[in-house]
Amino acid sequence: MAVTTPHGASLKRKEDPRFITGAGNFLDDIKLSGMTYASILRSPYAHARIRGIDTSAAATMPGVVAVFTGRDMENDLNPLPCAWAAGGASGGEVGGVTNNLNTPRALALDDVKWTGEGVAVVIAETLEQAVDAREAVDVDWEPLPTVVDAEKATEEGAPQLHENAPNNVAVTWSVGDPDGTASAIDRAEVVIRQRLVNQRLIPNPIDARGAIGRWDPGGDDYTIWMTSQTPHIMRLLLSAFVFGVPEHKIRCISPDVGGAFGTKIFCYPEWALVAWASKRLGGRPVKWYETRSENYQATTHGRDHITHIEVGATKAGEVTGLRVKTYANLGGRLSTIGPGIPTTLYGRLLSGPYKIPNVFCEVVGTYTNTVFVDAYRGAGRPEATYVLERAMDLVADETGVDPVEVRRRNFLPPDAFPHKNVSGLYRSWNGVELAIDSGNYEPALDRALEMVGYADFDTKRREAADRGRYLGIGLSTYIEMCGVAPSKWIGVVGEGWGAAMWESANIRIHLTGKVVLTIGTASHGQGHETTMAQIVAEGLGVPVEDVLVEHSDTSGTPFGYGTYGSRSAAVGGMAAYTAVEKIKEKAKRLAAHMLEASPEDMEYADGGARVKGSPDKVKTIAEVALAAHVGYDLPAGMEPYLDETAYYDAPDCTWPFGTHIAVVEVDKETGKVDLVRYVAVDDVGNKINQLIVAGQIHGGIAQGVGQALWEGAVYDDDGQLLSGSMMDYAVPRASWFPELELDETVTPSPINALGVKGVGEAGTIASTPAVVNAVVDALSPLGIRHVDMPLTPQRVWRAMRDARANGGSTNGSANRSSSGEVRS
Amino acid sequence: MTQNLAINVNGVAHSLEVEPRRLLVQLLREDLSLTGTHIGCDTSQCGACTVLVDGDAVKSCTMLALQADGAAVTTIEGMAKDGELHPLQAGFWEKHGLQCGFCTPGMIMTAADLLSRNPDPSDDEIRHAIEGNFCRCTGYQNIVAAIREAARITAAGGSVALPIDDGGDALPPATGDAEAAPAGPVAEERGEDLTESTR
Repeated sequence: MAVTTPHGASLKRKEDPRFITGAGNFLDDIKLSGMTYASILRSPYAHARIRGIDTSAAATMPGVVAVFTGRDMENDLNPLPCAWAAGGASGGEVGGVTNNLNTPRALALDDVKWTGEGVAVVIAETLEQAVDAREAVDVDWEPLPTVVDAEKATEEGAPQLHENAPNNVAVTWSVGDPDGTASAIDRAEVVIRQRLVNQRLIPNPIDARGAIGRWDPGGDDYTIWMTSQTPHIMRLLLSAFVFGVPEHKIRCISPDVGGAFGTKIFCYPEWALVAWASKRLGGRPVKWYETRSENYQATTHGRDHITHIEVGATKAGEVTGLRVKTYANLGGRLSTIGPGIPTTLYGRLLSGPYKIPNVFCEVVGTYTNTVFVDAYRGAGRPEATYVLERAMDLVADETGVDPVEVRRRNFLPPDAFPHKNVSGLYRSWNGVELAIDSGNYEPALDRALEMVGYADFDTKRREAADRGRYLGIGLSTYIEMCGVAPSKWIGVVGEGWGAAMWESANIRIHLTGKVVLTIGTASHGQGHETTMAQIVAEGLGVPVEDVLVEHSDTSGTPFGYGTYGSRSAAVGGMAAYTAVEKIKEKAKRLAAHMLEASPEDMEYADGGARVKGSPDKVKTIAEVALAAHVGYDLPAGMEPYLDETAYYDAPDCTWPFGTHIAVVEVDKETGKVDLVRYVAVDDVGNKINQLIVAGQIHGGIAQGVGQALWEGAVYDDDGQLLSGSMMDYAVPRASWFPELELDETVTPSPINALGVKGVGEAGTIASTPAVVNAVVDALSPLGIRHVDMPLTPQRVWRAMRDARANGGSTNGSANRSSSGEVRS
Repeated sequence: MTQNLAINVNGVAHSLEVEPRRLLVQLLREDLSLTGTHIGCDTSQCGACTVLVDGDAVKSCTMLALQADGAAVTTIEGMAKDGELHPLQAGFWEKHGLQCGFCTPGMIMTAADLLSRNPDPSDDEIRHAIEGNFCRCTGYQNIVAAIREAARITAAGGSVALPIDDGGDALPPATGDAEAAPAGPVAEERGEDLTESTR
């Protein structure tokens, strides 16, 4: 079945006409009759007690409809749920898991834990009136001491955020074999220790976050339009946990969503706030759409790990042991799946594409006076890949073995699959065994080396030096985990995610032969209206323009878990594929009846059901759809209509891989880094649409390069967000990138009929360490072994200055020692 | 307190009473319901709100509506004419120059300003010209390709008809003629794409 091909079709997207003509329908474009506008008063302090809030002056301002504080809704709205507490922990072999959970409310009640936590809302006839009146709300604050650093938060004497979380520990979790790893490192010929900071990032979808709530007095139910990647999950969490009403009382709709990158997976305070407020206003719709500075303060951030690694290796560069301790900053209260990111999606991937025999990872998730941290493009996997790929280069540096050769010596061989890795994928405590499904890593590496001209690189390095530039080259040979599944592994009985992880699709064929596909995934830039239509069009043999794809409204689409984790093709696409198969089965039975043939003799091909060996005895899908619709003459027991729903729970995750290589030049005087070439060879399995796949890789790379070189969220010690606007946070610009050079290898996923894996995050996962490795390589003539991100001119200049002053050898991390030793 | 404002938007003359603090972007979005112009930041960084004012690209969040008194404004809604996509719209579609589509209108308006001054820009010139427009989805690569494609279409004297034959259920044919053939070299390429991808 050729629904997907190794290279994919390059069909232009069906959704584009509305976006290129200005006819998209984003959240802030929606106006409802009688709509009011909300503006939220947010805390100016990172940690403070609320002694009182005086809303009386604001309430009398022009146009003000209502002013509410947390007290007004505390009896109606429960705290938001944390839907993914850390789970699984090494099959119970090691320690235990700690989950000290604290989650936000729609508005804070007694205290605030970060600058930007909401404490009051003003609702007015216009947005301007709401903003004006917000300035008149008076809060009596009692500021408290703050801590913003994930590691310092656990130290003695640190300010305490929550009574149920001593030492600010939200989560502890571990995976792997502690004794075996300790022993391997003790016995290793080469041992390297390094502290790595994976800095905090602000995800920056250009369409910020917003919601409109409308309560309908007729049915006492709510409709919430929201910028969400997961409208079905939002309905589930809001109804069951926050409002305590049955699911059918809440309808969630995601209109066009202008980028998300993880931030729009979660259940946010404002979702509940606008719906609750609409009911208090007798059903007038309440709209809230954040400003960019609000987005920076009140929408989730990503990453923010401080990690200590110890690597044991042979003198030949074979890694024998990897011990990792990570402090993961989870913010002042937990976001929806905050604890799942630095645990399951990080620790269980710490052997990557390598045959490292001993791995142990310990994670401490901490509370700090910062906004909540949750999934950001890649979500745990970029952090794991960064650890591994920096480790590989540190091993190369310490042993003198070429970084390419270090990777070759550690790669899992092509015959190792399916592979059960040592960092615990197969050790879920409920007995579910997962394996890395496929891989063949060297061809991608070889192709990337060929493209970049690795063999001639030393010549180029000398040429650059003559121009006053350090030239560096860096590799990242990554794997990633897409389409997280199956439910029995990832769910509460396994890894702790609070529900399931299957996907759904429904196909209806109108009597005219036109096809409607409704899906549970929620496209917000990924192009599902095209790719999902391609799966159905090719499966049914109908023109792709005859397939309409509907999504992102809990009324009218089957329950689905939404779009994130590069799951939509591997899980959602398979649901669509399965629904196609069901339609074809029914079409064959009905066509057999119409042709007076036996159902066993039928086959489906070329857009119709026909008798095998008699291609002229055929009924097209349109003819079958008409017969099924009118139902004048159906086989005994057959229901009218072609309408089939499929629910698909994948048997395993999928495992893309590849090699990315960055080439950088560093100015010897200023420390400015220029990315001069970028080569990416990715294996994402079969492709549905080549254009869309390449676009995902481009965008992913840009975000990962952004982390390596420019981006970073910065709080000062008082918890004030210094990178508080787009003037202060370096969102990458067009002129900062060279033309990216892409190629591919194709290893179809063996676990699904489409052979697809997933591509949304690969670029982000791979690119960050490739660029950092390149910069460190460029600086290696100075003896520099590591510099923490982002590698801004100032950071690099300081590292160069220190190295020159010390006569070489620095690890670039302030205040922390790094060491490498070769034992003889 | 409001003041009178006369403004021409996409060829239509409007006379409105506006507050002095009203921004041009609010006027377009709220008063004229032209929501194709987006707001992505509050510091004039992202460029999602870019429109043409008397032919020049302007970030409409940084201009008071009253400053546009007497001006002719073009927004994304005014780019397709007489049933034909503007070459930039065609280029963005052809080269997958958009993903979520939120930055796209501003990006297209900035590119329109560039191409009006420099009909055959180099890649470096394109990247420099769109520095004030953020895109978080595409890594800019296909946006650069899209603007290059638009320059090529324009140079070839081509325009691209709106009737969409490969998935255009979102757009009715503006001319009322569903069979109207797209003109120019782009039309041929599109025909090839369709053949390739559905067979």
